[in-house]
Amino acid sequence: MTTTIATYTGVYGMPEAGSAIDLAWLIPVVPAVSAAVLLLIGKRLGRYAAHVAILAIGFSAVASTIAFTELLALPEEARSVISPVATWLEVGDFEVAWSILIDPLAAVMLLLVTWVGLLIHVYSIGYMEGDERYSRFFAYLNLFAASMLVLVLGDSFLTLFVGWELVGLSSYLLIGFWFEKRAYATAAKKAFVVNRIGDVGFMIAMFLVFSATGSLAFAEVLPMAPEIASGTAVAIGLLLLVAAAGKSAQIPLFVWLPDAMAGPTPVSALIHAATMVTAGVYLVARVSPIYATVPGVGLTVAWIGVATALLAALIACTQNDIKKILAYSTVSQLGYMFIGVGLGAQVAGVFHLLTHGFFKALLFLAAGSVMHAMADETNPWKMGGLRKVMPITFATSLLGWLAIAGLPPFSGFFSKEEILVAALDPPGAQGIWVIGTIVAGLTAFYMSRWFFLIFLGPKRYEQELPGVHPHESPPSMTLPLVLLAVGSAAGGLLNATPASLLRFWDPETSFLSSFLAPSVVPYYGDTPFIPHVPAVAIVTAVAVAGVAAAWALYLREGVDHVALRERLGGFYQLSYQRFYVDELYEATLERGGRGLANAFTTFDRVVVDGAVNGIGRGVAGLATVGRRVQTGYVRSYALAVAAGTVLLAAIFLGGLLNGQG
Amino acid sequence: MTAMAVPLGWYLGLAAALFVIGLVGVLVRRSLIVMFMSIELMLNSVNLTLVAFSRFHGTLDGQVMAFFVMVVAAAEVTVGLAIIVNLFRLKASSDADDVDVLKA
Repeated sequence: MTTTIATYTGVYGMPEAGSAIDLAWLIPVVPAVSAAVLLLIGKRLGRYAAHVAILAIGFSAVASTIAFTELLALPEEARSVISPVATWLEVGDFEVAWSILIDPLAAVMLLLVTWVGLLIHVYSIGYMEGDERYSRFFAYLNLFAASMLVLVLGDSFLTLFVGWELVGLSSYLLIGFWFEKRAYATAAKKAFVVNRIGDVGFMIAMFLVFSATGSLAFAEVLPMAPEIASGTAVAIGLLLLVAAAGKSAQIPLFVWLPDAMAGPTPVSALIHAATMVTAGVYLVARVSPIYATVPGVGLTVAWIGVATALLAALIACTQNDIKKILAYSTVSQLGYMFIGVGLGAQVAGVFHLLTHGFFKALLFLAAGSVMHAMADETNPWKMGGLRKVMPITFATSLLGWLAIAGLPPFSGFFSKEEILVAALDPPGAQGIWVIGTIVAGLTAFYMSRWFFLIFLGPKRYEQELPGVHPHESPPSMTLPLVLLAVGSAAGGLLNATPASLLRFWDPETSFLSSFLAPSVVPYYGDTPFIPHVPAVAIVTAVAVAGVAAAWALYLREGVDHVALRERLGGFYQLSYQRFYVDELYEATLERGGRGLANAFTTFDRVVVDGAVNGIGRGVAGLATVGRRVQTGYVRSYALAVAAGTVLLAAIFLGGLLNGQG
Repeated sequence: MTAMAVPLGWYLGLAAALFVIGLVGVLVRRSLIVMFMSIELMLNSVNLTLVAFSRFHGTLDGQVMAFFVMVVAAAEVTVGLAIIVNLFRLKASSDADDVDVLKA
């Protein structure tokens, strides 16, 4: 078989003065300014704070759309545009310009971040109503969106890294938004610390990139990618994988994401769908020319992705918290995206990123809507039968569920199939396809469980939660649901034509593939180990089986769940306890870190402090001996003075005599 | 250089004798008043040396110097006596050995 690696054009142009692309720096700046304004005078604005924030993100959304259409109007080879904004650093000959890079990849991300972000802002009007820090919440949401936009628009590793760190900061602020609860504050810290581990990888990768190419700008580094020594390229690829795994919650750094649902539900939607976790996938796609030179590293990325997808899907099957199930499903779906970008099908990865953005935002917001109706209850076993009471939430969730379960013709089906088809070709990837197919079944299973337990079946809440009378959410919450549901249902059209399913990378026939082509370097083989059509059929059949299994377990009458759990025994416990990963980290890393810290404290106390104290004690000891000289009697001092004088006189006179002699 | 009735060495010898008497006085006596007088004695022995050399060399430098020493000695007397008076008020004693607050 042969592997084809696309060539990277690496042509970058300048924007036309006054065009939307030229003014694209306003896209992140406006929400950032709005965040600053809201932080300063937000309290006085009262509920109008939300309007300011929505206007700001709405501006970004419209501006992004105009920039996107301008980009579409340009000829294909001129669609990577760099517009300089300012000089950031100037040290001798070395200069870091603050520029904005708009290319197809960035434009697509812009649309996702701003529009989904806008919907989440609108949704928050209703969801956060009555919160004592209402304006601050919107300030943070704006900041979060602005950070992500800086990340997406960065034209160099350094500017991207600024956005990367800002995203980390704003996620910390939002996850810990209700910091009065200790567990929430801890979750925020956990997210921040785990992300820092990835950041270290990012920084070292940057140093390597700079030492290998002498630049950090994508426009200079990426075209030089094939010239980077392969050892260095492997190191860069692996370190960037560490960075991406941190932000995008992959093994071994995924532990922060499930805890991150401590924040208000719109924040979870923002983190899981539009911002933050997509950053890692975006990064790997952005530097795809480097990964294309070392496909082995890409394969590692894909294996990490599929392992994460499997682990998270297994955990999601037994969780009893509607947000937690969604959180693990995000980890799992991100694993799929990593498979795509790792195997050279960056378009498929980004495609799944987009469709996932729609349906995961939808599902999270729907979960929020349900919680809103159920007095913040998150246990699906206490719900059931909400279909009639919350018709809009039900109908939109239905579309979200069908999309994530991968059933045709909804969006998740197309993007997931495209990723799995990519795993048919490359050598060493067959296992990825097999596991990915199993995960597709698990995904359909746990999402059906989520959906069935909440919306169908008997109304368990009447007994479990007396006094709760569920109701449909206000229009500010249901409108975003409806719009996202449209995206979830129809998002597949972005890149789905019959041809693109049979041959996953086909620039001629599908929109996203041809549009993204200048930004990425796809590589692909030509000998799938299963022909494409049967492969797609198998995956779909597995997904349908997953739905059927969930139906049999959770909708049929007379299933004894307690007995079933006991029969599964260890397997159930393993999944329910999240494979004890947190406990493992606690036992090894946390305890180890503590031990190391204790060792250093001891070293500090015994050796460092010991040296200082020893010197002090030595001086004190000398002083006890020396102080005996001080008798306090004037005559003894006088005697010393006299003796000294005689001595000096003797020396000088002796010297004089010798000089004469 | 003019001839001298008394040779220089005699003056120096007398001055040295006075100086040593003063020094021994400072070292062995306990009474602050006596120690004070002994110091004056040492200063005056130095004055004698200065004047003698001045005469011997036929210049006025030494005599001028002697005047300075006297002025300084007078200032020293005022300060020193003030110290002694205050010490007496504090300790009811003018014995140097009664003052050993600096003893370690």
